[in-house]
Parts: sequence; structure tokens; C-alpha cells
Amino acid sequence: MVVFALYGVAVLLVLAPIAVALGASPRGTSIVYGTSLIVTLILCTIALVCLFEQPLNASITLPLGLPWLGAHFRIDALAAFFLTVVNLGGASASLFALGYGRHEHSPQRVLPFYPVYLAGMNLVILADDAFSFLVSWEFMSLTSWALVIAHHRVSENVRAGYVYLLMASFGTLMLLLAFGLLAGTDGNYAFEAIRLSHPSAVLTALVLVLTILGAGSKAGVVPLHAWLPLAHPAAPSHVSALMSGVMTKVAVYGTVRILFDLLGPPAWWWSMLVLAIGGITAVMGVLYALMQHDLKRLLAYHTVENIGIIYIGVGLALAFKAYGMPVAAALALTAGLFHVFNHSIFKSLLFFGAGAVLNATGERDMEHLGGLIHRMPQVAFVFLVGCVAISALPPLNGFASEWLTFQAILLSPQLPSWGLKFLVPAVGALLALSAALAAACFVKAFGVSFLGRPRTPAAAQAQETDSNSLAAMYILAALCLVAGILPGVFIDALAPVSKAMIGISMPHQSDLEWLTIVPIAESRSSYNGLLVFVFVTLSGSSAAFAIHRLASDKLRRGPAWDCGYPDPSPVTQYTASSFAQPIRRVYGTTIFRAREIGEIPPPGATAPARLTVQLHDLIWDTAYAPIGGFVAFTANKLNVLQFLTVRRYLTLVFTALVLLLLVLAIWS
Amino acid sequence: MVVIRDFALQGMQMLIVLLLSPLLTGFVRKVKARLLRRQGPPLLQPYRDLIRLMRKDVVLAESASWLFRVIPYIIFAGTWVAAALVPTFGSGLLFSWSADLIAIIALLGSARFFQALAGLDVGTSFGGIGSSREVMIASLAEPAMLMIMFTLALIAGSTQLSTMATYMGSGVEGLRVSLGLALLALIIVALAENARIPVDNPATHLELTMVHEAMVLEYSGRHLALIDLSSELKLLLYVSVIGCLFMPWGISGAEANPPTIALGLAAYVGKLAVGGFLLALFETAIAKMRVFRVPAFLGAALMLGLLATLLLFVSRSL
Repeated sequence: MVVFALYGVAVLLVLAPIAVALGASPRGTSIVYGTSLIVTLILCTIALVCLFEQPLNASITLPLGLPWLGAHFRIDALAAFFLTVVNLGGASASLFALGYGRHEHSPQRVLPFYPVYLAGMNLVILADDAFSFLVSWEFMSLTSWALVIAHHRVSENVRAGYVYLLMASFGTLMLLLAFGLLAGTDGNYAFEAIRLSHPSAVLTALVLVLTILGAGSKAGVVPLHAWLPLAHPAAPSHVSALMSGVMTKVAVYGTVRILFDLLGPPAWWWSMLVLAIGGITAVMGVLYALMQHDLKRLLAYHTVENIGIIYIGVGLALAFKAYGMPVAAALALTAGLFHVFNHSIFKSLLFFGAGAVLNATGERDMEHLGGLIHRMPQVAFVFLVGCVAISALPPLNGFASEWLTFQAILLSPQLPSWGLKFLVPAVGALLALSAALAAACFVKAFGVSFLGRPRTPAAAQAQETDSNSLAAMYILAALCLVAGILPGVFIDALAPVSKAMIGISMPHQSDLEWLTIVPIAESRSSYNGLLVFVFVTLSGSSAAFAIHRLASDKLRRGPAWDCGYPDPSPVTQYTASSFAQPIRRVYGTTIFRAREIGEIPPPGATAPARLTVQLHDLIWDTAYAPIGGFVAFTANKLNVLQFLTVRRYLTLVFTALVLLLLVLAIWS
Repeated sequence: MVVIRDFALQGMQMLIVLLLSPLLTGFVRKVKARLLRRQGPPLLQPYRDLIRLMRKDVVLAESASWLFRVIPYIIFAGTWVAAALVPTFGSGLLFSWSADLIAIIALLGSARFFQALAGLDVGTSFGGIGSSREVMIASLAEPAMLMIMFTLALIAGSTQLSTMATYMGSGVEGLRVSLGLALLALIIVALAENARIPVDNPATHLELTMVHEAMVLEYSGRHLALIDLSSELKLLLYVSVIGCLFMPWGISGAEANPPTIALGLAAYVGKLAVGGFLLALFETAIAKMRVFRVPAFLGAALMLGLLATLLLFVSRSL
């Protein structure tokens, strides 16, 4: 099977030179995205087959890469699940881009990189040795970087690309060191050999920290998230969807692969680290998102939040696994991975929606939008579905996975460690807080962009988007509903993964009565999304029917009431910033040092009064800016080395050689 | 036979919550008026208001979208389903397992999400102010409610409301510190969620401090009737939740027969009367808070909930 998957990846790689040859010709778009769509669909099918049945020929070694190692590729249950997520996201993005990509003004800067980026993500997951893993990882980073700076004339994008390149290199370096430590001195980089080695406790601790730094920086955990809200929105929208919805999941794959598979049995304190990071990431991500008024940047910050939720699930699974509670560990891991799938679906959907809005109005700033539901009713509908799903509201899929996470938290009082006894309830509170704040944030995102009255002529003139883009969005919206009302099917699909990582899986769900999900026991907890959906639909529609038949169905249009003071100017509406003002005041005063400065001119002056809001990104100010300043300072000081005479260079080389030899002599 | 009986009981529950909720609101208003030495509107006035509103034409703002017209039905359906899953007179309801307390909280969250969207739909400043304050209040009330749920679920060993009610009714638990904290937090959350004094004022209409009324300002006719009915259902829901968990007497169990059901009903009406009276008393005795004092009030609920949960993590007996 793995051979077929590699053939698919090869087709994607071959597409790049074809795209270069096609240049900016209009056929290029349909050829590249059409082929990508077909290939990713095939890859998705292969992955699904591998997930449900133990595949024959699951691994292969190609004579590439390091001569004594070769390139190992393998599909196991974990890889199959993540391949499904990647290729489902890839397929929907390709379908969306069949329509969206036609509006691209310089397609030759996007098309060659798009299929190889997809290929890179697939290769990371297929890789079965550290060398191919790292090469694919870096390949994925570089191709996505090329896509981030596709619109290179916007100075903001160039800066985003620069920060992204630095952070991506940092992440790869950390992973390189982690794998180096794992492989030990023999240099046997195959995962097979790494699994068999038993690293010491100190080494394990180092690898754990390096993994969280390396894979976590790609996933966007706080405080390594700084590049993410810059880079994800800068790319064309279908690529933003892939970066946010799919590439962060590849990073989660890296984390799970190392922590559950390669690093051996977990120690209890691993989970403390992962859980604390997860909780902080979830709340900080959503608070940052609430302060944004750029639609795509808001979505990117929500990716940070959802990565936090996934890390909470993974961290709980680590804790339970460390204490030999496999039933609870299976539940927590399934919750985390189910959220991986769900987030990839609704985040792609939301980025597609933002892309459609960007196309129709040329605006990403919500303060310039408004009233789009009248001009783009279909995009508004699917975007609303995505908003409800990401806000973890029933009966859609975001709620199903958060419900499972809450159930896992409720099992944690049995954990014996005191540190975890204090940490887990706090993380539970952070998770609850982030869910509530996410709902607030998406009321803002949808309400300000799509509802109300148009704030600019561009918003008032918007046109509904094309049918390919709409098809992609409708498919994802339908998946949000299906995963929400039939979560049992998806939980069962995750059973092989949890069996491989934990040893056992959650009880079989899909043949329970009425398709209910029962994670532990029926007396303990159960949830039936299907029935909730049916009840809500039935009672809503019967109420509508009864009222229209028995009472009144008359409707008149009139000017808005607004307590008797309607104002015709759309400026008097609430904006994104004013909507977030109460929340900014409650949470932001300490976290962002938010200050509102009102300037009221003296009596008699005709100048308008002004209100300015100051926000500080404390993480950037305290961590990134000093490091950046230090690097710039050192570079400046070392600049003199650039203009030396040959004699001095030779002296320098000689001294360095002597020093290194000395070190070697003392070391041994 | 058993299935038919269970269906009948579930249907009865749905009808009872729907029919009793305006009465509870009317009762609270009446008691408040009597406490202020006023005559007050008749007990049945909320029913008359609803019927009158349903018969009237809807006057829709020109800038309102299709979503604005659908939202009242969504809010009503979500709240009604949530209210129908809370044990009132009996705990062995047919569909009580289809949504646990987390799902009930989230269903109310969905209703609020759409309500806040409705506030923004017409594009007026009043709607915006209501929505933005509502989500601020909800961002603290919802996690507080989830922490209360954690506490109760850890004590009862289940997130199912009916199992919790049966467990609390069985008398295994005596007085516990964490239960006391949870009750206090639950009362604060219930006041905030139902837009009662001191968080919001259900009686005013033209005041810059209002939250809920500002959001629904543009609604009229049958839409307004549904939204009012949903608020009444939500009040009933919270009184029922407090009743079934902290006054778990008289609830008929799985083996329901006519006498126990009658007893359950009588006990339920009694609990509603007590809850409504205490609410009216509290509202009369206290003044409304400034909007930016509310976060401290709700933050206290969140901390109480967290403290109650932490106590349970530390010791099973607290």
C-alpha cells in the first residue's frame, strides 16, 4: 500500500515542473488543482483503507538518502489517520482553489509550490526514519514559506515570511537535536531502531523538551506561536487553510509520534508540561483572537487556541498512560485526535469563507465589511456553520470532541500525583474559559463581517462566490454536521490508532442503541448528537408551523426601531473593536496592558474627539524583541570580521583549528 | 406498554415545562409587586402577553436578513429541548441520556450565540451594545457553570443530570463544603444567565445598562413572543436544576406510577414556588450593579466553582 501512496506523492512532485512550464497560462490553474484534487482523493482513500485494515506491505525502504540507511517509509494506524486528515484537507483546498485560484493575479508564484507542499506534508507522515522525516519536514516548511511570500510586494507578507523562515529553521534545528539524541552514537536513524533503544532519564527529558520546542513551534503553541498569525494569513486563502487546518496537524503528528511511539513509556511529569502548555495556549490564543479585526488573522489565532485544546487531550492521555490507566488514556487520546480531525475540517471551511470574502470585496479587515449575508447568502450560511462548529456548540462536531475532553478530565481525580491533582482542574477551567471566549469571538467575526449594514461600498457591492468554491465549503459544512451527530463512527475509526499508541481502544460505539456515544459507562455519561439535532429541528419547525397556522404569518418591513433613534449612517453600528471592548476591559487590562486614551478637545475647539486603544503583545515585547535586538547587536559587532586582510583570516582559521584540536584532546 | 408510558412521560415533561414557565415568570412579578406594596399584574398576564404578541404582525427592519427571522425558532427550540431534559417531577425520562449536563449547558450556549448574532443583524447601536455585553457576561458565566458541573459530576460520578438527581436524592451525601460552594456559584450563574438583578434588569427597557432587552429590541410580534417564552423557559430550567440537585425531594424515580408522579408534580410546583419567591425577595432587596462590576461578581462564581472542584480533587470527603 505504501508504494501506491508514494506513487501519489511522486505525481504531486512531478506537477511542479509542469506548473513552471505552464507559467501564468489560464490552463495551469485547472491542471494543477485538478490533478492535486484527484491525487489527494486517491491518497485519502488509501489512508482510509490502511486505517481500517492492517495493510499488506505497509513499509518499504528506498535506496535514497543516507547510503547506510536508505529512506524508510511506512503506513501504520497513526500515519493512516493523519494521512486522511492531510489529504482530506488537501482535496477540499484543491477543489476550492479550482474556483478561487482563477482570481490569482500571479499564479506562477503559487502553482509550482502548491503540489510539492502537499507532497511534503504527506512525506513527513510516511517517513519511517529520522533522516527522511527531517528532510520532508524542512521541505514542507520551505515550500510553505514560498507560498507565504507569494504576494511579495506587500511589505507585511515579506516580514511574515522572514519571521516564519527563522521560526521554521529554529523548529527543525530542535527536532534535529531531538532525533540526534534519540538515535544515539551509532547513528541508526530508522524509527525501528529508535524504538528498541532505551535512552536514559536525562536524555528522555531533553528529547521531550526539544520535541515540544520543535514540533510545538510548528503547531503554534504559546509562546512559540508568534510567526503563525503573521504567516498563515499572508498566504493565498486556500494555502492559509492548508497551513492552519493541516500543517499544524502534521506538527501534532510529530509530537504524538515521538511522545507515544519513539520515546518509550512516559514519565508522569511529561504530561504536566504538555497540559500546562495546552491550557495556556488555548486561552491565550482565543484572547489574542478577540483583539483582532483582520478576519484571517483572527482565524489564525484560533488555530493557536485549538492546538491548545488538542494538547490538553494529548497531555491527559500521557498522564493516564504514565499511571497505567489505559481506559482513560484511550479516551483522552481519542478526544485529542478527534479534535485534530474536527479542527482541520472547520478551520479549512472558515479560511475558505474568508477567502471568498476577500475575493468578493478585496477586504480582510472586518471594520470595512458588514451586511454580506444579503449579498453572499450561501457563503454566509456555510461560514455560520463553521462558526458554530468551532465555538463548540451542539450539535456540530466541535462540541463532540470537547465533550470527550471534558469526560477525560472528569476521570483524572484518580491520578495519584499531587501536581496533576492541582493542574488538571485548572486546565479544565482554562478549557471551559476558552470555549466560552471562542463563542464570543465568533459572534464578533460573523456578526461584524456578515450581519448588520455594509460599512464600505466594496462590501455593499460584493458578489456571491463561484460554484467550485461553494462546493468545497458545502462538503466541509456537511462533514461538520455528520461528525457532530454521528461521533460514534469517528471514534470507532480512531480505535486502531489508540490501540497502537496506548494498547487498548475506547469501547465500540457505532452499534449502540440510537447511535449514542458512551465513553465509559451509560450510568456515567452519554451523549447523542443525532437525537439532540432531531429534537431541536423538530421542535423548532413544529413551533414555526403551529405559529404560522394558528396565530399569524403576516410580515411588514419598516425602518429599524433602535429605541426611536435610528441613524442612517452605517458608522453608528458596533464595530469589531467596539464589540470586543467589554472583553478587552475585563481580560486585556492585565494580559495586553490595554489602555484606552480619550482625547477630548478643549471647549470651543472644532477638532473631533478621539479614542485610541493601546495594546501590547507582552510575549513579543519580552521574548522576541530582546532576542532579535541581541542578534542584530552581535551581527553589527561582528561586522568588522568581514573586512580583514588575508593574513588575518589565515590567523583566524589557524587559531580556530588549534582551539578545536585542544578541545578534542581534553575531551578524550 | 413500558415504551408508551415512557414516551407519555417524556411528552408530559415537555408540555409541563412549556406551560408552567410563563406562570413562574408571572409569579415572580406578582411577588415582587406585592413586596413593593403594589397590586401587580395578574398571575396569568405572561400568557396573555404571549398570545397577543403571537397574533400581531411582525414588523421587520429593512436591513434584517433571513437569519434574523430564523433565530427566534432556533433559540426557542434549543431552550425547550434543554428544559425538557432536566428532571422536573421524575428522573427516569426516556431521553434523559441523550444529553448530559454538559450538553444542556452547551445547548443554552447555542441559544445565546444566536441571540447575540440577532443583536448584530439589524446594524443598530443598541443591538451591538447588548450583544457585546452579553458575550462578556457569558464568557465568565459559562465556564463557571462548567466548573459547577465538574463538582457535581465528581460527587455523583456521572454527568447525567438524572443520575445526579437520583444520587443527591438518595441521601448518601450529607453536607459538604464543595456542594455549598457549588450552590452559591450556581445561584450567581443563574442570576446572570437569566438577566436578573443585579446583573441585568428584566423590567427596564430604555436604559443604557440593559443587556438582554437591548439585544431583542428589534423583535416584534410572534418572534418577540418566542424570545420571551424562551427566556421564561430558561428561568424555569435554572430553578429546576437547582431544585433537582439541591432540593431533591419527591422526584419520582424510574419506577414511575400515578401516585409517585402526582407527588413529584406537587413537589415540583412547590419547589418552583419557593425558588420564585426567593428570587423575587432577592431582587427586591438588592440594587443593580454597574456593568463593569459584573465580571467581579461572576469571577467569584468561577473561583467558587474552581475551588469546589479542587477540593474534590484533593479529598473525596470535602
